[in-house]
Amino acid sequence: MINDVVTTRPLPKRLLGFFAVLLAATAAFAVIGLILGMVGTFVFNGGGGITWTFLSEFPRNSNTEGGIWPALAGTTFLVLLMTILGVPIGTATAIYLSEFAKQDSWFARSVRFAVNTLAGVPSIVFGLFGVGFFVQFMGTGIDGFLGTSSFGDGSLLWASATLAVLTLPVVIVAVEESFRAVPKDLREASLALGATRWQTIVKVVLPNSLTGILTGSILAVGRGAGEVAAIIFVGVTYSSESLPSAVTEKFMHLGYHLFVLSTQSPDVDKTLPLQFATTLVLLGLTFLLNLTAILIRSRLRKR
Amino acid sequence: MSNPFRRERTRPGEWVAETSIRLVASASIIVIFLIFVFVFREASSLFQTADVAAVPSQTSASNPESEMVPESYGADPEEPVLASVETGEPGAPGQFIYKPKNSSYPEIYNPDTGLLPADIDAVLNTAEVEESPEQIELAQNLTSNVWQPVGEVPKFGIIPLLIGTAKTTLIAIIIGAPLGILAALYVAFFAKRWVREFVKPGIELLAGFPSVVIGFFCLVTVASFIQDITGLPYRLNAIVGGIGLSLAVIPIVFSIAEDALSSVPKSLHEASLALGSTNWQTAYRVMLPAAAPGVFAAVLLGIGRAFGETMIAIMATGNAPLSSWSSFEPARTVAATIGSEMGEVVWGSQHYGVLFFLGVLLFVVSFGLNAITELYVKKRLIKRFQGQ
Repeated sequence: MINDVVTTRPLPKRLLGFFAVLLAATAAFAVIGLILGMVGTFVFNGGGGITWTFLSEFPRNSNTEGGIWPALAGTTFLVLLMTILGVPIGTATAIYLSEFAKQDSWFARSVRFAVNTLAGVPSIVFGLFGVGFFVQFMGTGIDGFLGTSSFGDGSLLWASATLAVLTLPVVIVAVEESFRAVPKDLREASLALGATRWQTIVKVVLPNSLTGILTGSILAVGRGAGEVAAIIFVGVTYSSESLPSAVTEKFMHLGYHLFVLSTQSPDVDKTLPLQFATTLVLLGLTFLLNLTAILIRSRLRKR
Repeated sequence: MSNPFRRERTRPGEWVAETSIRLVASASIIVIFLIFVFVFREASSLFQTADVAAVPSQTSASNPESEMVPESYGADPEEPVLASVETGEPGAPGQFIYKPKNSSYPEIYNPDTGLLPADIDAVLNTAEVEESPEQIELAQNLTSNVWQPVGEVPKFGIIPLLIGTAKTTLIAIIIGAPLGILAALYVAFFAKRWVREFVKPGIELLAGFPSVVIGFFCLVTVASFIQDITGLPYRLNAIVGGIGLSLAVIPIVFSIAEDALSSVPKSLHEASLALGSTNWQTAYRVMLPAAAPGVFAAVLLGIGRAFGETMIAIMATGNAPLSSWSSFEPARTVAATIGSEMGEVVWGSQHYGVLFFLGVLLFVVSFGLNAITELYVKKRLIKRFQGQ
């Protein structure tokens, strides 16, 4: 019926309508095309460089040859430690926001405001915070207390802590969403059977939103794995002879390795294949993580 | 959960658990507060010359910084002696260089030339006495046109950095905001269901691209492409940087604008169609204006993202602190300056303080942008859809 009306309109107006829709479609597909082009460039140029030796060897000859194994392992250690430090805090905050908080209370609104603000703070500011708070204040504080000298410098521990703070909003938003997706009936049934609020949360709500916590963690890991600016002064190093054996040691990181290879190296063109292969590994890692999270999430929403 | 029929049963264990959840929930607020305190604290060392000596006594407690001293200052044999003269105790190497680099007396800090005033105590005393002229000079230094932090007389003029940030952010928004908003319109109103099913997650995946990857893409591919079609002398310039930043901006603008567009009440959509307007008229003239505060918020947060983005800015803008508004010349942003110089700076020096000062600037602007969207835009959206 609407189409009948359209066909009776004068031609210029119909053309205008056509172009209006075309414009929007062009914008959307331009962005999609750009993404495909970017991924295509990396696959085309870097696909051949990904071999088992590339993934499992140490870089040689001041990063101009060899593989990325320490960077891969360092990134893994980093995001694991980050998850251990950050996800419990994020989950607790999400429990508070969805189960305890009176939505218009002063405290709940402040927490929400803080979470949103945290999501918008540039990652480099988290890097400065990591230096100022974790390394300088906490680290030298612990050193002074214990009489050690290993905490007062950038390390795996402080980088993970910085990233845990940075990814806190990601975890909170994802987990809270999954808590809210738990049907009210379940909670009410549990309460009607005489369970307390805490019992309901622990035995009914939490088991039903484990996938949500998983999604939050995966999203956080995806964000953390690719983050460079926040950890660039908090413990990452451009070359190391061995994998970190303690949390107070420095570590290599895929993103920072790519940054060093592509900008700090004396002969950038020579290592171009290495750079593309590293990019492809980093992008593939974050891509897979994000895709998993998106798929789990869309399934959750349908339920 | 408010259930009027629930009988409250308090058990001590549960009370403890619930209270600790509440306490942990305040972590986000505490972190914001700590960022304020600690980034400001390091920056404030710039403005308090007398207190600066207190900061190094903390930092010099750990070994790595004292190891940095010979590296940064070329292993000058005079250095430890100097430190002991200054502090009166032999075990504090590196103490001396944490004093602010005072541009009025550059010679006492220059181990390369070996120039040392005959009576170092006298010089230090005058430095303390002339505190106020020194501060004026810092203000002048900060507002000058030259950013040259390493040199005999370090120059910390942040004007070129602000210009660089403004022009790259502007380019990023001019490219990114229309693309993001139009793509959101397409997905929300024009796309067929199956097209939407892959376009939306596709663009959202771009948000998950590490910024160092986008920066690398601009550095190798976009930069050459732009140079090929324009023939500019500089391979890396503000345009390339702006394009790179727009790739970070697009997914943010898209998601928030799409959210805002699809949360406009369906009644508006149906009323417009019922009055005989077409699908595109409804989309552009009814839904877009109705969602305007949300779209505005999307653009603001996009600006915040472009403004604070570090890796793309370091890798794609050319990083030269020029006071030029030309988009075809290299630029250097505030965030990129922190990112590229923080690693080499002597901890506790004036340069260090200035970099933290730039961090404060970034934090305050992003905090402000977020506060505007939170407090002002959301209120208007709620008013528009519920209050009338």
